[in-house]
Formats: sequence, structure tokens, C-alpha cells
Amino acid sequence: MYGALWRLLPGPVWLRILLLVVLAAVVLYCLVTWVFPWVDSLLQSNEEGTVAV
Amino acid sequence: MTDEEESAREDWRLAETLPAQEDSEGASPQTRRGQRRHASGRHPSSGSKPRRKVSVVGVIGELLVTAGVLVLLFLGWQTWWQSAVLNAQQNSAAAEQSKKFLEHAKDAPKPTPTPVATPDGTKTVDYGPPPVMKAPGPAQPFAVIYVPRFGADWKRTIRETVDVESVLNSYNAGVGHYPNTAMPGDVGNFAIAAHDTGYGNTFLDVSKLQVGDAIYIQTKDGYYTYRFRNMEYVTPSAVQVLYSVPQVKDAQPGDRYITMTTCNPPYHAQERIAAFGVLESWQPLSAGPPKEIAAEVGGS
Repeated sequence: MYGALWRLLPGPVWLRILLLVVLAAVVLYCLVTWVFPWVDSLLQSNEEGTVAV
Repeated sequence: MTDEEESAREDWRLAETLPAQEDSEGASPQTRRGQRRHASGRHPSSGSKPRRKVSVVGVIGELLVTAGVLVLLFLGWQTWWQSAVLNAQQNSAAAEQSKKFLEHAKDAPKPTPTPVATPDGTKTVDYGPPPVMKAPGPAQPFAVIYVPRFGADWKRTIRETVDVESVLNSYNAGVGHYPNTAMPGDVGNFAIAAHDTGYGNTFLDVSKLQVGDAIYIQTKDGYYTYRFRNMEYVTPSAVQVLYSVPQVKDAQPGDRYITMTTCNPPYHAQERIAAFGVLESWQPLSAGPPKEIAAEVGGS
């Protein structure tokens, strides 16, 4: 999977590494902005009694 | 052996070893490019470049590792990143709320206090019985809480209800008021809740409160000064901490209590901490904030 990604990237090694870093940054940004808050909202539980905080 | 023969032989050998080489990250791209050109240029009939065998187990393994990394990232984000961000946001939102109260009370008439002598000889003033506001609608902000023990600049907006999504996790609130418990200044139990860890670490330091510590509540009417008295570690089902007289069923309250509940231990929710206090005094907004929080009120 990641091997295929590496082969798909163009250019010499330094460019591939640069592209990978950029890709990772984009993925991380999407995770923090949309995915994590969404997952977080799914994990809420509210028990009986005093509120679970 | 002619040059061409040798080159062809080399090509064949390279083509055969290519899959193995691609597995190792050390393979220089220079060599690989050369191999590819040779492979596709010289053997167009043999299916162009050699294909890497994709193993199902390998892909599943990579997916699982990825999933593990994502979970760790999520936990790290939730514990540190999001909490720090929310802490800052909730703090500045509380400052905004405080400014709004002051703005609205600008033209309010200034009540005249009655001077009273305290037992230790110092003079203080009395503004009479504290005003009690009506409970607002769900998720409506109605107060700002300051607890110097939690940090000199610590403050939070208090909203009606303890709804997790709209109050406790909110970037511009953090503290919730249990519905149907007393409002600030009221005789009875003003009960509030907040997270201990996560979502701004709002009540993380409740266990550090010391007897006599001030808990200031600012509303549109004034500043209510409560003093921390004691705390108890209870089970989640112990709703009796929210009674009008905390822990006493069906008692007629004669005092003005505050109860702060939060989870315990940090990062877990097996227990609750309930911290109790009593109202000491109140003063209208026009009289200015209590000395201890004067620097914080209306500031950022």
C-alpha cells in the first residue's frame, strides 16, 4: 500500500519525501479539523446521576 | 559476448530481481529508473515493467498499523491539543460575557450600601439580600465563574443545563448549571458541573481547593462571593449532592450553597468530586469587582 504510494510519487528521493510530508500535513489538517471533532461527538455518553464529566 | 548481448542479459537479471529490490527502501531511484527504461524499452512483448506482487496480508497489516496510529493521534489530540485550544477559547469567551454584563449594567442605579462593622474591626458594606435571577432557557449563558485557586486568569461562562454538547464541551462555555437547582445568591444549592480533563480541563483543579478559597460568580446583577468549605468523593449515582441542602434529603435550606461537581480521577469517570461552599457576600456590578478578581473582570 505505502510501497505503491512511494512508487506513484514522481521525482527524486528528496522530492518524494517532500511530497510525503506535504501529504501527511494535509491528512493531519483534515483529521484535526473535521474527522476528530466528528469522532469526538460520537463518543459522548451521559450516564444517570451527576453528569459524567 | 557482444555489448548488446551483455546488456540484454543484465536487463533480464534486473527485471527478475526488481520486485525484491522495490521492497527495500535502500534501492536507489537512479538504478530503478534505469531498470524501468530497460524493461519497457527492450521487452515490450513481455508485459512491460514487472509488477510487484501485492500481498493481502501485507495490505491488511499496513491498514491495521495505520488505524493504530490514527487512534493514538486522536487520543493525543483530545488530551492535549483540543483541551489547550478549548481552555483558551473558553477563557476569552468568559471575558466577553463578563464585558457584556458590565455593558448592560452601566446605566443601572447605584444602590446605597449600609456600612457594617465586622468582628475583626475592619469596616465593610452590606448591600442587603442578594438578588436572585430566574433560570434562563437551556444553553443560555447567565454567569461567569472566577476561581483564583484555578489560576489568576481562570474564568468560565456558566450556561443553563449540563448538556454535554451545547454546554460542557462548548468552546464558549465549559460550566453547566444543573436545572432546578438554585440560582446564584438563592437560598438553596447552586449546583454546577464541568469536565475535569479534556474540553478545556475546566474543573481539573477542584481537588486543590482549600478551605476558605473564594469562588466568585458574576451575573448581570452583581458579584456573589462563595467560600469553599469541604469536598466529598462520591459515586456517579450520588445525586444527593445536588439537594437543596447537599447530602440531606428533604431538608429546608436556610443557607446559600454552591456545589461544584466533576469527574474523578483525572482522565477517568468512575467517581465524582463534589466541592461545597457557602455564600459569603454579594455586591452589585456598579460597586466594582471584588479585589481578588479586579484585574480579570472585563479584561482578557
